[in-house]
Amino acid sequence: MGLTTQPERRQVTVSPGQGEGWITTRLDFLVNWGRANSLWPMPFGTACCAIEFMATAASKYDLARFGMERMSFSPRQADVLICAGRVPFKLAPVLRRIWQQMLQPKWAISMGACASSGGMFDNYAVVQGIDTIIPVDVYVPGCPPRPEGLIYGIMMLQEKVKRERLSDERLRDEMEPDPQSHLYIPPSAIDELSEPFGNSVHQTRSGL
Amino acid sequence: MNPSADRLRERFPQAFVRAEVVWGETTVFVQPGAVLDVVRYLHDDEAERYDYLSDVTAVEYRDLELPLQVVWHLRSLPHRRFLRLKAELPKGAPLVVPSVFPIYAGADWLERECYDMFGIRFDGHPDLRRILMWEQYQEGYPLRKDFPLRGRFSRSEQLRQALAAQPESRYSMHELTIADAFEDLPQDMRQRLARGERTGE
Amino acid sequence: MAKRTVEVALSTSGLDAEGRPQRTPLLVDEGGRVTTLEPPPAIEPELEGEHMLINIGPQHPATHGVLRLVLELDGETVVRCIPHVGYLHCGFEKIGEYRQYNQIIPWTDREDYLNSPGNNIAFALGAERLFGVEITPRCTVLRVIAMELSRIMSHLVWLGTTCIDIGAFTPFLWSFQERERIYTLLEQWIGARLTTTLTRVGGMAADIPDGWMDGLRDFIRTFPKTIAEVDRMVTRNGIWVGRTIGIGAMGPEEAVNAGLSGPMLRASGVAYDVRKDFPYLDYETYDFDVPVGTQGDVYDRFLVRMEELRQSVRILEQAVARLPDGPLNVDDARLILPPKTKATSEMESMIHHFKQVMEGPRPPIGETYVAVESPKGEKGYYFVSDGTPKPVRWRIRPPSYVNLSAIPKLVEGHLLSDVIAINASIDIVMGEIDR
Repeated sequence: MGLTTQPERRQVTVSPGQGEGWITTRLDFLVNWGRANSLWPMPFGTACCAIEFMATAASKYDLARFGMERMSFSPRQADVLICAGRVPFKLAPVLRRIWQQMLQPKWAISMGACASSGGMFDNYAVVQGIDTIIPVDVYVPGCPPRPEGLIYGIMMLQEKVKRERLSDERLRDEMEPDPQSHLYIPPSAIDELSEPFGNSVHQTRSGL
Repeated sequence: MNPSADRLRERFPQAFVRAEVVWGETTVFVQPGAVLDVVRYLHDDEAERYDYLSDVTAVEYRDLELPLQVVWHLRSLPHRRFLRLKAELPKGAPLVVPSVFPIYAGADWLERECYDMFGIRFDGHPDLRRILMWEQYQEGYPLRKDFPLRGRFSRSEQLRQALAAQPESRYSMHELTIADAFEDLPQDMRQRLARGERTGE
Repeated sequence: MAKRTVEVALSTSGLDAEGRPQRTPLLVDEGGRVTTLEPPPAIEPELEGEHMLINIGPQHPATHGVLRLVLELDGETVVRCIPHVGYLHCGFEKIGEYRQYNQIIPWTDREDYLNSPGNNIAFALGAERLFGVEITPRCTVLRVIAMELSRIMSHLVWLGTTCIDIGAFTPFLWSFQERERIYTLLEQWIGARLTTTLTRVGGMAADIPDGWMDGLRDFIRTFPKTIAEVDRMVTRNGIWVGRTIGIGAMGPEEAVNAGLSGPMLRASGVAYDVRKDFPYLDYETYDFDVPVGTQGDVYDRFLVRMEELRQSVRILEQAVARLPDGPLNVDDARLILPPKTKATSEMESMIHHFKQVMEGPRPPIGETYVAVESPKGEKGYYFVSDGTPKPVRWRIRPPSYVNLSAIPKLVEGHLLSDVIAINASIDIVMGEIDR
């Protein structure tokens, strides 16, 4: 669908033993191990999912087991943006700004159906998926996801972090939105991604 | 029927249009221009004492010929009564009703929301700005029936406008009058502020 | 400021000449003496400097959602506060015009998401009045149970987050432990933790499973211990008292005029409770008290909500005792689907099922406004029907929207740190404010 503005994607082949020495792979392992087990979340909680996020952080589900109990309400000291809840258009620039304020390395979790796809709010006010505003690493489905679901998403992110290689040149590329339109993916792709689907196609008529 | 309806009929023969009872709730239709007087009477009179404003909203019917209705839900806490007041605004004419803000402080945001969603102007409201949508919102009044469910623009255009609006990084003119920021404003903006404009940037 | 007695009145225990509750002190020590609490000395700003404009939010941990406050400060004192809302505007009311009545119920979950069962019930009550049906006695009592459980759920989140705002972390963990127990109960009943979609027009989505009442009785028995524990830790805590007494006060006339409702209004001394004044779900037959404050400050709001938790437990006890057997849903073919076994074996039932689902029930032409006492205040649903299966207008009367609109008056003249306490005491939920 052409979701990138960079047509020539730089490919990095990562295979141990080819060009990468023992020291760099071991260093990778150490760095990733450290990062994966102390991800500081930035809870961007807007709606219902934020309550389930709070439940995840509370004593029964205990997010501290993953080294995540330190909520970083300032984006500048955070590693993971957890977007919990629906994001209306009025909030879109706020989310964009918070993502840009976060320092590399950073990841994003889109928690819940509304953040991932607009969910049940296919109307004039809600962004149809935050991946049209910021790049997302893990999508957690559910409305809202159970704490177990969020924890599974976090564990998936930890797996992803553990597979990162320092030799990957694209690893820390910042997204560069178009200065005119502020979009970072082509408008046609946004329209395509946010087309109504399934039952919601038939539910645009009031009356009858 | 709520006894207030009959008293309103006697007291405001000009402004009183009709009264209905649906599911045990009394609705009194009044002329839009007289709303403030009627509400003031309902609020102040000892026999009425409608001291609590529950809600201000509007209704547009699917039949676009029918007039828009502005609805006030009033409660009398001392007498434990509930009254619905309605004013009909015909299509084509400017949508203006008097604000009840001078009587009920709680009408402030309710009227602003009604303005934001329906485009009904509340005459006499001190700060009638958009409240739920941002101030530069282009697409119109969302709860009007001619407004499509998904908005007028394409998704990418909506997102582009929203990202360009940057509502969190700017202060409105209203806020810029505060403190020392006023001194640093451009000349034309200060003139617009002096004229009493409260909206825009 | 002089010393003052903290007292909170309980209504039904005794009414005065106006039919309003008599005030009885709530905070008494072991010897029966009324506790007197002393507010901290007021800080007089000595320096007069330039005014400063600061911005809190939309993403700020202490704004309980995406609220934005622009404050004009003189030193550390708030001169003016301009709130901005709408950052969570999701067009609920517009979507309601495009959905059948039963299809709207999932949206009511997500609007005041701390109080989902309560919203479902409020919506169903409104739609039922529009359709002109009477629900069954069993359904009524089950709805009261769900309503009070949801009040407890909502107040627990308020308690936890307010305690965090004022600097106590432990009550947050305690209150979420209790919430998890309610989540478990709701999950056994309906299958969802937070977004329950508990009701249907004319009944409930499901009856309670066998043995569910034992779990509820267990909760009713043990929950007051948690309230007592929080009470012991917080109510007379020096930091808590110092941060809340005399902060953000509002008088009764002003509060009524500003349209406040719920604990906010009752803390100001007005005993307006929809359950008592405009009863629904047979609330007039339950024996419970309406706590009323005297000063209308943050501390009174805290006391009122703590007492409401205890009163909810009382209502739950009575509801559990009186739950009748019998049918759950109304016997009305317009509203209720035929049983699944019939729908798959009989032609008429199948057509009925198909018509119900595809077209939806049609209410008569009319309109109705139904208000319930949600944890935040008077929550109203206003329906206008033109005889089609989808409402012409579905309006939510959001209590915390109106409560929040009073914040410029509440914070004026207080310190910046008090803004956080006042904002927490309003118990806002942005999903409901912005809709």
